[in-house]
Amino acid sequence: MTAKPIFQITSFFLYVLVQGLLLQNVVAFDVAFCFAYVAFLLCLPVDSNALLLLGMGFLTGLSVDIFYDSVGMHAAASVLIMFVRNYWLNTITPQGGYDIGVAPNIDLNGWQWFLGYILPLIFLHHTALFFIESASFSLFWFTLLKVFASTIFTVIVIVIIQFLFYRSKRY
Amino acid sequence: MQRLLLFLIKYRAFLSFMLLEMVCLWLIVENNKYQSASYFNSSNKVSATLLSTSQGVRDFFNLNDVNATLAAENAQLKRQIEQYNQSLYSINVRQNRDEDILKKYDFISAKVIKNSTRKFENYITVDKGLKHGIEPGMAVVDHRGVVGKVKTASNNYSVIISILHGNMLVSSKIKRTGDLCTTQWDGRDYQRAQVLYLPRHINLNVGDTVVTSGYNAIFPEGVPVGIVESYEIQEDALFHDVQIKLLPDLNSLSYVYLIKNNLLIEQDSIENVTIE
Repeated sequence: MTAKPIFQITSFFLYVLVQGLLLQNVVAFDVAFCFAYVAFLLCLPVDSNALLLLGMGFLTGLSVDIFYDSVGMHAAASVLIMFVRNYWLNTITPQGGYDIGVAPNIDLNGWQWFLGYILPLIFLHHTALFFIESASFSLFWFTLLKVFASTIFTVIVIVIIQFLFYRSKRY
Repeated sequence: MQRLLLFLIKYRAFLSFMLLEMVCLWLIVENNKYQSASYFNSSNKVSATLLSTSQGVRDFFNLNDVNATLAAENAQLKRQIEQYNQSLYSINVRQNRDEDILKKYDFISAKVIKNSTRKFENYITVDKGLKHGIEPGMAVVDHRGVVGKVKTASNNYSVIISILHGNMLVSSKIKRTGDLCTTQWDGRDYQRAQVLYLPRHINLNVGDTVVTSGYNAIFPEGVPVGIVESYEIQEDALFHDVQIKLLPDLNSLSYVYLIKNNLLIEQDSIENVTIE
């Protein structure tokens, strides 16, 4: 089980620090950004309290904002996906439902299900983030390009992280 | 009353969602205000220390490049000193006896610990702050040209609005003709910016240098901004569409100079009197 508070607190700091110090400098082809910290939010236990989820989204977003000098932007996008998350999880409930306290990571239902879970949410997060950042629709297509490129990049990085650190218990 | 409570409890997730989004919105708006002092940015102690350490590690691998740049800059400064020595008794210097005018600008060098170029609103963090005499509103240049303007400063660190920021306008002029214009970045390419409000009667050339105008008491006059790369004029437009190549390589900043205008308050207050 990955629901232990100590584990969550450690991974919170790890994700935020890696995002702020390392991934911030990773930009592919000038348009693809990597916001892997979203994985921390998406992998919080399924049956977490909705208010707690929103609070975590806000806190994580704000911590990342401090490193990005973009107060409120990541927080707004993160709170948004944390709000949508539970509805989305209910919609894609696998047969037999979720066990109590499981985290929706790659171990739970295999990578196809995991991809279907994170892809729309990450797309939503990035859409919100980049359009808030551009503060207008004047660069609509350029912003959209950034959104798509970053979504692909982030998803790839998150899946790699999942394969590296979350699957080890099975083998 | 009970109904209200039930309503609040039933929709508590949605309501707190709205509340948090409002807070975020307020933070974003507040942060975009000119020179707002806020704590949630990279000049606060914890994040700045972390960033400074991480930049320290990166610097280790960049030492060669930084050395080369500094050496080049040294050479350029030596050349300038030599030129000034040659013209020490030229008319300008003899007429400008006023100490205040001669010492109008102070230069403070600072090391960049965080930089971004590919967002729509880019900021730079440097390792000098209030303690070293940095104040919000000071101009920032590197040895090649304009870099930005100080937004906030904490005791040891300060955050600079990069010229690659949609709200950053730099009062400029074409060096050759002296025509006033404004430089702004459109958010696309970190090497190129746009020059606005250049009337159509002006004859531009590709390769013209754009420098700061010195009209706004922040930048000294004549700091290079960029070089005209292309320009066109629409049939019914009032102004040229000018694309310039920015002179400083903002992607590889390592040291910058913060310029303090000692006569800023005097100039601003006398201008305000006129406006009122």
